[in-house]
Amino acid sequence: MTLRKPVLSLLRIVTLSALAGVGSQAMAADAVSLYTTREAKLIQPLLDAFTRESGIKVNTVFVKDGLLERVKAEGNKSPADLLMTVDIGNMIDLVEGGVTQPLKSAELERVIPANLRAADGQWFALSLRDRVLYADKSLKLSSFTYEDLADAKWRGKVCIRAGQHPYNTGLIAAKIAHDGAEAAETWLRAVKANLARKATGGDRDVARDILGGICDIGIANAYYAGQMKNAAPGTDARKWGDAIQVIRPTFANPKNAGTHVNVSGASLAKYAPNKAGAVKLMEYLVSPQAQAMYADANYEYPVRRGVKLDPVVESFGKMTVDALPLTEIAKYRKQASQLVDKVGFDQ
Amino acid sequence: MGLRTFLFPIRHAPVGKAWLIGAALIALIVLAPVFSLVVHASGADLAHWTHLLDYVLPNSAKNTVLLLGGVGVLVVCLGTGSAWLVTAFDFPGRRTIAWALLLPLAVPSYIIAFAYLDLLHPIGPIQTLIRDLLGYDSPRQFRLPDLRSLPGAIFVLGFVLYPYVYLSTRVMFSTQAANLLEAGRTLGAGRVEVFFRVALPLARPAIAIGTSLALLEALNDVGASEFLGVQTLTVSVYTTWVTRSDLAGAAQIALSMLVLAVGLIMLERHGRKRQRYANTQRMRPMSPRRLRGAAAALALLLGSLPVLIGFVLPAAYLVVETVKRLSTVGEISAQLGASALNTLLLAATATVVTLAAGLVVAWAARSVREGGGFTPRSLARVASLGYVIPGTVLAIGLLAPFAWFDKALGAAIETFFGVSTGLILMGSMAGLVCAYCVRFLAIAVGGIESGLARIPVSLEQASRLLGETGTGTLWRVHAPLLRPALAASALLVFVDAMKELPAVLLLRPVNFDTLATLLYAEAARGAYEEGALAALGIVVAGLLPVILLARTDWQLARPSAAKTGNAAASAPSHTSDNPAVTRTP
Repeated sequence: MTLRKPVLSLLRIVTLSALAGVGSQAMAADAVSLYTTREAKLIQPLLDAFTRESGIKVNTVFVKDGLLERVKAEGNKSPADLLMTVDIGNMIDLVEGGVTQPLKSAELERVIPANLRAADGQWFALSLRDRVLYADKSLKLSSFTYEDLADAKWRGKVCIRAGQHPYNTGLIAAKIAHDGAEAAETWLRAVKANLARKATGGDRDVARDILGGICDIGIANAYYAGQMKNAAPGTDARKWGDAIQVIRPTFANPKNAGTHVNVSGASLAKYAPNKAGAVKLMEYLVSPQAQAMYADANYEYPVRRGVKLDPVVESFGKMTVDALPLTEIAKYRKQASQLVDKVGFDQ
Repeated sequence: MGLRTFLFPIRHAPVGKAWLIGAALIALIVLAPVFSLVVHASGADLAHWTHLLDYVLPNSAKNTVLLLGGVGVLVVCLGTGSAWLVTAFDFPGRRTIAWALLLPLAVPSYIIAFAYLDLLHPIGPIQTLIRDLLGYDSPRQFRLPDLRSLPGAIFVLGFVLYPYVYLSTRVMFSTQAANLLEAGRTLGAGRVEVFFRVALPLARPAIAIGTSLALLEALNDVGASEFLGVQTLTVSVYTTWVTRSDLAGAAQIALSMLVLAVGLIMLERHGRKRQRYANTQRMRPMSPRRLRGAAAALALLLGSLPVLIGFVLPAAYLVVETVKRLSTVGEISAQLGASALNTLLLAATATVVTLAAGLVVAWAARSVREGGGFTPRSLARVASLGYVIPGTVLAIGLLAPFAWFDKALGAAIETFFGVSTGLILMGSMAGLVCAYCVRFLAIAVGGIESGLARIPVSLEQASRLLGETGTGTLWRVHAPLLRPALAASALLVFVDAMKELPAVLLLRPVNFDTLATLLYAEAARGAYEEGALAALGIVVAGLLPVILLARTDWQLARPSAAKTGNAAASAPSHTSDNPAVTRTP
């Protein structure tokens, strides 16, 4: 019985892989490293285009949860140059966690509206993602408010993903910001009472469950509808997409009625080893061609003005963004999460 | 080894210091993430506990208890029932069923959850068929209850996790019960009575071991529970951390949960302790009763049911989805191949490291006289902690120790060689291997310990008397005898490492994907049907070790092996004091 052999070869593997890891970091000195909570495949075409254009390679790692903890632990040895997130709350956490640094770029400041970036350059939004109503095709609905979700006529007819998901805590935080905690609680309880099934799954499940007759309406992000409605004919996704119509709800609050949006965005990492490359990538991501890809391939709303939308997304109608600043809404995120617990939304 | 030991025989010769130091170091590494969680936990005030106690914990504790209770009942029934079926009866297809019953081990529970939601959805094939049969044309007229519920989660987890019970119980049935069962029959007990009054009590330790493993898996599951909308304690930890950015609060709940998990471990220990009362005479395997006709058909049906539900249906679904996918997209991305390679390399390396560490700990724990106070046995318990902590939480706990190690090593290298390094553990696969070792060490330690327990102490004494050193004895006497136990542990660790998701998601280097992360990435976009190919990859890659496991296990349980009195092949009974089984193969 020779246990020695496997042990030796194991040592070799470990040493080699350690060296390979260190080596690849050293070799890739002029590459940009991107840590993202955004599923990497969605932005890969953008990154590939950037590499073709600039010759700068982009390393990515998709870190779903714990991005802040990881970058914090890596400290000044962190290879991360850019930190990308898909939720304003997460983005602000990174800034408050002290793992970002201000980025000065005339180009970014020119292209991105002031309410969609931090004044001190700690974060920049790259695309908008509006939270909309999916409704059964046969329903006659011309307009809808988020408050209508609480209407008793929708009892047992509403589908939505977990209340604790950042997309929903964002929406609930916005409701708190508009009308105060008490009104938000009453509203959320009534929405909970209207749920057709447990608050779980993903945004696309809303469309699927509408097709499956489980519910009539539901709340989800608009770009998923864009994806599904543009999917290849005959696929399941296309069937789900074809079963729904999309309406952009607004808050009823007349002062600043508008549709709730969240953002995807990026920050420059505090110890970015390749700052110049990172800035180049950021500037590329707001360029007309990159923003067009956000709209065409991902069905998101570009932050850059004058970029043509995907026709399906265009058909959802004109978007009026909620006038409350995102940073103001993000302040209520924790309170929103607690409210979800309090009303037992996910139970 | 001297006169003293000869005159006052202790159970085992004292072990070399190096082994003890090694085991202590390993225990220290396992404790590092727990310690870093304690540090995190102490960083927050306790104010959020009022909120948690008022609104979160009552419900999630209730859900957790119901989930564990339900899964426990289901895995015991399925695991014990199927184990009895394939040992007590003989019917056509029995041998195939006997190993096929292990197949659900190859599939991660979250994949089964995805698959069943699709299969059982109102617009899925099953309900569509039912509607067609009943003459309804819209799901609005008729549909079954939603899978996304507590019973749904119990169903999914139960059918995925029963093999743990089946695995441990079947070995017990096939090698232990024969003469006692016959005694029971002679004394006039009926077949059913013998099962409930003799076989089942005898198998209790094995059932306890299997069930506690299954329940730990269920407790730490986030994927399937969250997906099916069941708010367990683990999901609450996750929510507190991710949604409220309250790592300290999450660490506090996670540490509190350790209590629950340690309770489960004690259940398992309790089960093992009772093995001492098990029959230690030479075992004769039970001869299965031959079934014919309708009885045989019924047995075949009952035996294949868990395999059908836990494996065949979801796997068939994945194949169909993959074919659909390939016919529309028509290409397999190069990423998939690279990820498969990463997965295999990572799982294989982690398995070797974990087994080596497990051997050190188990050997050190075994070779020391039992007594009060802190012994190397306690080290073995400590070394098993990693399996008890939910994977996501463990990964977070590992960040700080890894960072500390990287900084210290980086500084040392810079001082001595004048080269600046990047991150060593965190920037490479080595960190992941280390994380997996911490996570799965319990499986290796447990397996090797019970393997060692089956090797009579007299062999060791003989070897030492003949002048071999302690370490030499391990190498030349125990290692060969341990081979089946090592193989079984290796395969379990390998399968678990392949399926692992939370640690690899957080700790992996840039541009590094495994099949599980690839699948998760698809699922994160809500496009889980597009992940079918990656899911199928995990299942296929997981099949090989499971089939190997089934073969090893089959050899263990095979009557001919048991007949020879092969010490290593006997059931996990505490036989070390009994000369009756000390003959070597």
